[in-house]
Amino acid sequence: MAHLSLDRALIDRCRELADKIAAPASNLIETHSTVSIERTVLRLLGVEGAVAQKGGQSFPEANLIVDALREKNGGKQPLDRGVLYWFVNGMIQKKMPARELAAAVAKGTVDLSKLPMASDAQIMAEARRLCADALKTVVNRREQRDALRKEVVDPFDAEGKKGPLIYVIVATGNIYDDVTQARAAAQAGADAIAVIRSTAQSLLDYVPHGATTEGFGGTYATQENFRIMRAALDDESRKLGRYIRLTNYCSGLCMPEIAAMGALERLDFLLNDAMYGILFRDINMRRTLIDQHFSRQIIALSRIVIHTGEDNYLTTADAIENGHQVLASQFINERFALNAGMTQNLMGLGHAQEMDPKHPNVFLLEISRAQMTRDIFPKSPIKFMPPTRFKSGDIFYSHLMDAMFNFVGVLTGQTIQLLGMATEAMHTPLLQDRWMSIQNAKYIFNGAKDLGSEIEFNPNGEIQRWAGKVLGDTLKHLELIESKGLFRAIQERAFAEVSRTEDGGKGLDGVFKKAPGYVNPFFELLREAK
Amino acid sequence: MSDTNGKAAKQPNLKKLRPYGDILDDGTVQLSFTLPVEPSDEAKEAARLLVGKMGFDEIKIATMEKAGHGFSFFVVYANTRYELDFTKIKVIKVDSQKRSRAEIDEMIRDKIGRKLKVVGACTGFDAHTVGIDAIINMKGFDGDYGLERYQWIDAKNLGAQVPNEDLLKIAVAENADAVLVSKVVTQHNIHLRDMKDLMKRAEKLGLTEKVIFIAGGPRITHPMALECGFDAGFGVGAKPSVVASYILDEFLRRNTADSPDQVSASPSRKKKRS
Repeated sequence: MAHLSLDRALIDRCRELADKIAAPASNLIETHSTVSIERTVLRLLGVEGAVAQKGGQSFPEANLIVDALREKNGGKQPLDRGVLYWFVNGMIQKKMPARELAAAVAKGTVDLSKLPMASDAQIMAEARRLCADALKTVVNRREQRDALRKEVVDPFDAEGKKGPLIYVIVATGNIYDDVTQARAAAQAGADAIAVIRSTAQSLLDYVPHGATTEGFGGTYATQENFRIMRAALDDESRKLGRYIRLTNYCSGLCMPEIAAMGALERLDFLLNDAMYGILFRDINMRRTLIDQHFSRQIIALSRIVIHTGEDNYLTTADAIENGHQVLASQFINERFALNAGMTQNLMGLGHAQEMDPKHPNVFLLEISRAQMTRDIFPKSPIKFMPPTRFKSGDIFYSHLMDAMFNFVGVLTGQTIQLLGMATEAMHTPLLQDRWMSIQNAKYIFNGAKDLGSEIEFNPNGEIQRWAGKVLGDTLKHLELIESKGLFRAIQERAFAEVSRTEDGGKGLDGVFKKAPGYVNPFFELLREAK
Repeated sequence: MSDTNGKAAKQPNLKKLRPYGDILDDGTVQLSFTLPVEPSDEAKEAARLLVGKMGFDEIKIATMEKAGHGFSFFVVYANTRYELDFTKIKVIKVDSQKRSRAEIDEMIRDKIGRKLKVVGACTGFDAHTVGIDAIINMKGFDGDYGLERYQWIDAKNLGAQVPNEDLLKIAVAENADAVLVSKVVTQHNIHLRDMKDLMKRAEKLGLTEKVIFIAGGPRITHPMALECGFDAGFGVGAKPSVVASYILDEFLRRNTADSPDQVSASPSRKKKRS
């Protein structure tokens, strides 16, 4: 594979800066929890039921249990000691397993804050035992995935040596129609299926329940929907003799809960970014940083590969001018993920081919960006996102743009190629749109398979020069962010021309400081888990 | 090609307009679709018969491909039997002049003498801000600066997923002259429901006379926006200067009785509705 010659000292300096930028968040993460983390704890213990509300909607037991611990005792918040403190005591006092107790609390027949209390030591010991068991289930699921990957051919290689993985989206809104579309895509050659989420879900402070058949711009992420799609893809993997990956969105106000659901239902990829929610969904900074850490701890144990969302910076801001923001964010995302115990082979760092197609020699710049991403993060599975911004209803031109995107992807050894759709600007993909796209990718990935190892980059050429410039700009950008601190830098539009404040955004009221005696053995157990 | 006989190429007959393939009036059309059956001779015949039912002759099935188990994808060329009188076509268009940013700023300064206030948002569930960002944010797109850049426009981008109720509250609080609504997600026609809901609320609050309501998005058309009660709709490729120019024209139509624009202006919104 041809490589760019990049100044290693500059890259090392960027990583040092990212470390310094992420460091102040560690104290916040250590000393705080969120309502979504507390709900995740319950979900990991197997609490996944829901109660029908007025109007026919289901509301999760996990939410009802956590909410009940917030509204009691006037100003005093029982939740500050952690949901487990109360819930495990409830299991001891009532001699009920987790699911039974959860249903009773949700129904209102048990009030966790009014039960006699066992000793702290007894609660802690029991909590540790329950959490350790829960993590065994997570490891168990991971091993089931590994077994299936061994049983069939697995085309995935984090370093991209086997060529880009073909990744497509389904987005019908109905999980059963999604299954039909996903199976057809896998049969046509897709290696990974992403079920796009319904557009408003990231701002819901609960996870919808059960199999769903209606969504907007996508399908709700529910545990049952995960299960339905994974079962279909297991079946398809066996039929095709090729392992088909499942992707969903671990972002928004329920980020850690989706991580737990993904771990329990054997998802392979999760879109998960340390800053995406802050910038693009206006979710509070503190909430996001605390949530992403616990999410990534769970993800690390389940060996899910995350995909970061830097491609978004290029859809809101100019892709030629803002390459350094993408790279700076990738360094920061990498550091936050390392801090949560993830290894580089699990970090699908995102970027995109979004430059103005009319720019002279635009492919030199695109190749430069794609190649430098590959070379700076050699062990990470790079996720390459297709053109969207300059696409119009001219599907033929659009198909051609996707072909050039596929060409850059295979040439530069990207790991995961999210295929563009000819109808990108028009509708969620039709079955035939996806098929056409896969044909396009298969043709180019096969035809130019080894081109990257046949060429080298002119040391005085534009591709090399551009990479050097972007790296230099990235260093300056990281220095600026480090000098201001991450929160203030975001406020001053360090990324994607978006400004957010530390106390602004959604979900801050769900953040709380852990009280002395806070119980959540998962933090420690996940840190030690292998 | 030489035309030694002095015969010019035939001119299209606008009274009987037909699609053009490579010869005038051949009626050639390109189609593609998927049938939920396995590719087979029967599937191909089914595709041919279906295209026949659609009103086509000379049907050529260019390809039949297996797009998954139980799915066949077709590309078809065929000639339509239909023709159309082009001279009778009427299209409702946004009534506005093309102007540069400098011209718009100058006109607002001279004719209105205060800044025009604009608020914009992606409403309802919609989280796709690409469109509203392109129109409002400083940068604009395709070399055309956004409304924030205009000296005589005070534009606020409220971002994604703003409830209709909140948008109107802010419009009132800000004393907005125009409200921009961006709709990208159109599944189950959610955009139409949202847009109609906004205008119902605006009507109740008595805002429709004073405030100019504009919708935008890749699948938005001007007639569709009118039907939802908006004053104008802009689709793909609408640039900030086009939107700004329309706001200016419409503001002048409503607020200056003897403006020269008034003569050529479209009927007022009240008439449009009746």
